[in-house]
Amino acid sequence: MTETINLILEFFYILIGLLLMMTAVRTFKDQTNPARIGTSLFWLLLGIIFAAGNYIPFLISGVLLTIMGALTLFKQVKVGKTARITEEEGQAGAQRIGSWIFFPAVALAAVAVGISYTPLGGQVGIGIASVVALLVAVFLTKASPKTVLDDTDRMIQAVGTVGILPQLLAALGVVFTVAGVGDVISNAISGFIPEGNRFIGVVAYCVGMALFTMIMGNAFAAFTVITAGIGIPFVIAQGGDPVIAGTLAMTAGFCGTLVTPMAANFNALPVALLEMKDPNGVIKAQAPTAGILLVIHIALMYFLAF
Amino acid sequence: MEWIKLIGILIILVGFIFKFDTIAVVIIAAFTTALVSGISITEFFTLLGEAFVKNRIVTIFLLTLPMIGISERFGLRQQAVILIEKMKGLTTGRFITLYALIRQLAGLFGIRLSAQPQFVRPIVNPMAQAAANARYGKISEADEEIIKAKSAANENFANFFAQNTFAASAGVLLISGTLTSLGYEVQATSIVLVALIIAGISFVLIAIDNFLFDLKMDRKYGKKSSKGGQKS
Repeated sequence: MTETINLILEFFYILIGLLLMMTAVRTFKDQTNPARIGTSLFWLLLGIIFAAGNYIPFLISGVLLTIMGALTLFKQVKVGKTARITEEEGQAGAQRIGSWIFFPAVALAAVAVGISYTPLGGQVGIGIASVVALLVAVFLTKASPKTVLDDTDRMIQAVGTVGILPQLLAALGVVFTVAGVGDVISNAISGFIPEGNRFIGVVAYCVGMALFTMIMGNAFAAFTVITAGIGIPFVIAQGGDPVIAGTLAMTAGFCGTLVTPMAANFNALPVALLEMKDPNGVIKAQAPTAGILLVIHIALMYFLAF
Repeated sequence: MEWIKLIGILIILVGFIFKFDTIAVVIIAAFTTALVSGISITEFFTLLGEAFVKNRIVTIFLLTLPMIGISERFGLRQQAVILIEKMKGLTTGRFITLYALIRQLAGLFGIRLSAQPQFVRPIVNPMAQAAANARYGKISEADEEIIKAKSAANENFANFFAQNTFAASAGVLLISGTLTSLGYEVQATSIVLVALIIAGISFVLIAIDNFLFDLKMDRKYGKKSSKGGQKS
C-alpha cells in the first residue's frame, strides 16, 4: 500500500513541477518583469526539484534550493504580469452560477475527507480531491483550458516565494534534529528546575512544551522529549495525574505553535494563501489568545492534576 | 560548547524580527547550524536537498490553486457578498465564531482537514470580509488584513484545541503511547475528557475575542443599519 501511495504522490509532485515550469516559461516571456530571468529561474528550479527530486541526487536539489535562496536574497524574484480578473467578470459569474460557485471548494474538502478514511490516506486525498474539484469547477464555469492555466499561473505567482516556506522550514527541522539542537535545549531546561516544588514543575512542563514547540515548530516532536525530561520527574513523579498533566501539556505546546514562524503550515501558509502584507500577521493575531491559554493551562494542571 | 548549536535559532529569530528575506534566512540558519555541528558542506547540501524533497507533501496545497483561481474568476467573492448580505445581523465576528464552532465539531468527529487552503482562502476569509462590507461599507486595508489574520487564526484555534477530543486522533494516541512507554498506563478515553475542558475554554475565549472585534469595528465605522434600513 505504501508503495502505491508513494507512486500516486510522485505523480502529483510531477504535476506540481509541470505547473511551476509553466509559470517559469510564462515569466521568461514576460518582457515587463524587471527581474524576468531571476524569477523565471526560481520557478524553473523549484519545478525541477518537484518533478525530478526523487530521480536526481539530493546533493543537486540542495544546491538548486540554495541558488533559489540567493535569488530571493538579491530580490531577483518578482511577480510579473498575470491574467487579471475583473469585478465585472466576477459579477457576471455570480449572476450565472450563483451559490454553486462554492461547490468545487466544498467538493475539494468532501472528497479529501472521504479518501482520508480509505487506505490511501489523507495526503493522496488532497491530491485526488484537487483534481476532482478542478474538473467540477471547469464543468461548472465552462472555463477554457487557457483560462485554467492563466489562473493557475496567477495563483502561483500570487502565493509566490513564501509558498515554499513551510516545506523549507520542515527541512530546517530535519537539519536541527540531525545537528542535535533538541538535546541541547531539553538538557538546558531540566538543569534549571529545582526539584520538589509542584508549582514550578507545572510551570516548567507547560512553558517547556510551549518553548520547545516554538523552536521545533511541532508540538508532537516536543511532547516526547519534554514529557520524559520534565513532565515525569517534576510533575507526575510528584503525584500529578498522568492523564491530566499529559493532555494539558500537549495543548500547552499548541500555544507555542500559535506564536512561532517555525510552524509555517499554520502561520506562514495562510499569509501566503491570503496574500497578506505582514509575514507575521497571523502570529500577531494569535499571540494574545495563545498567552491567555497558556496561563489557563498552567492553572488547570496545577489545580486538577494534584 | 554545545550551546553554539543554537545559533541557527538565533539567526531565525533575528531574520524574522528584522524581516530579512525569509527563504535566505532559513537556508543560512540551516547552513550555519550544520557547520558548527561538524557536518561538511557536501553533507549539508545532501541533507538539505533530501529533507526538502522528502517534505514535498507539505506543498501539495499548490494543486488546489487552479480550482481556487477559476472559482475566484467566476464570482466566488461576489457570491460570498450576496450570501452574507442576505443573512441579516451576521457580523464578521459572529461568522468567524460560527466557523470555529463548526470546525471544533469536525475535530470532535475526527475529521482531519488542512483547512487553510481548503476553507480559509476560498470561503471563510471572503465571507468574513463580505460581512464587514455589508455592515460598514468599504473598510480600510489595515482592517482587511486583520480580518484575514483572524480568519486564519480562528481556524488554527479551533483545529488545535479541539483535535484531542477525538479518541483516535494522532495527538491522543501520542499522549497515551508516550505515557504508557514511560510506565504510566493511560486510556485514550480519559484523555478525551480532559481535552473537552480545553476545547470548551478555548471556544469561550474565541467567542469573546470575536465579540470584542465586532464592538471595535462598530465603534470605528459606526453601525450601518441592515439592508433596506436607512443608510446614513
